[in-house]
Amino acid sequence: MADHEAAGERNSSAQEVGEFLRRRREQIAQRWADETLFRTVFTMSRDEAVEACRAVVEALAAVAVADQVDNLGAAGFIAVRDQLGRMVASRTRTGAGSTQIADEVAALRTPVAELLRSELEGSPSGRTEECSVTLTALMGTLRLVVLETALNAGQELIDRQRLQLLEVATPVIKLWDGVVAVPLIGTLDSARSQVVMESLLDAVVSQQARFAILDITGVPTVDSLVAQHLMKTVAAARLMGAECIVSGIRPAIAQTIVHLGIDLGSVITRASLADALAYALHEQGSVVVDRNRTGTSAR
Amino acid sequence: MTGPIHGSPGAHVPVLKLGGILLVTLQGELHDRAAEQLQQDIGEAIEASSVTGVVIDISGVEIVDSFLGRVFAEIAAQAKLLAAQTVVAGMRPAVAITLVELGLTLPGLRTALDAQQAMLMLDPASVPVPHSPVRRESP
Repeated sequence: MADHEAAGERNSSAQEVGEFLRRRREQIAQRWADETLFRTVFTMSRDEAVEACRAVVEALAAVAVADQVDNLGAAGFIAVRDQLGRMVASRTRTGAGSTQIADEVAALRTPVAELLRSELEGSPSGRTEECSVTLTALMGTLRLVVLETALNAGQELIDRQRLQLLEVATPVIKLWDGVVAVPLIGTLDSARSQVVMESLLDAVVSQQARFAILDITGVPTVDSLVAQHLMKTVAAARLMGAECIVSGIRPAIAQTIVHLGIDLGSVITRASLADALAYALHEQGSVVVDRNRTGTSAR
Repeated sequence: MTGPIHGSPGAHVPVLKLGGILLVTLQGELHDRAAEQLQQDIGEAIEASSVTGVVIDISGVEIVDSFLGRVFAEIAAQAKLLAAQTVVAGMRPAVAITLVELGLTLPGLRTALDAQQAMLMLDPASVPVPHSPVRRESP
């Protein structure tokens, strides 16, 4: 019973705040337009900033009237999510961190709170307090919504780039009839080495390659995990009937491998891609003739 | 004495003799009993016709489990005792990855890209070669 009453009262305070926001929309928008957040985003014209502020106030009012002050997914926020996203993106571009953006959103509360206090002057003190608590909760939710939008945008970017990286970073190159190579660049993790393994083995089948070269010139460090991935790829290629050669092992990496005690004894290794290709050609019986050195024939 | 009768039709794997080489082509799934039977058949065939090599073509096999992997290794070891080399040919990428993930790298087993390469490895004279082994080529 008491709960019910409290809920009823809370309900009305949220609605009161919502109506207040709607009533004082213009004033709030004018004040917000001067705050750092809007001022720095809409540098072109103040009218635009005011327009954006008005939309945000409108959304907040709708959320408050619907009594969804604590609900991040409230229908009112959906309308301004796009706009908030754009604002956050432009703030991020100018180098603002998420903490700074959160502070700037928090700063929007003060002018509204002041307005609310002057509006409620004369009404019972309990009422005033309740309304400002509701307003604070509402502004807190707005802050969360802004941050969430920022995080989602960042996550989307990261996901997209990870996909691009996977696609771009593992080309399989045909070096000669029956010889394919993968130049590995960047750090190898489990996901990437899986992609490398699959594309290399597919190329072995499609190119009928008896030799597959893994060139690790572009791999900055080799730890036991990377070495294990390499060994797996080599073993899989061998099972398919192709010989795998690991090339491009820099002196520092060779030293690391020895220090870690990794046994690459079963793997054919060469210092450079050229050496690996020479080995493959020699093994398959191809001979490359330097015409200048032999220099005899006319053609 | 005829061969044992299998539960499912087509479970019996034919062992073909081509010159001095035995060619075994596996298709689809191979049940455990059929695999054991194959192991026995190959041993008998090597003994009967004194071949020097065995080619197991598994390009038509999509699933190789640890049991079948071990059977391959055992066939190779058994053939070696009878003075024949075993080559497994045409393993698919997915199968190779699975075996490696299972830790079955089959170190004693020789492998080839396809049946022809395997025949070439065992007996260069048995296959008409499209190119001579030493050739001049440009990239």
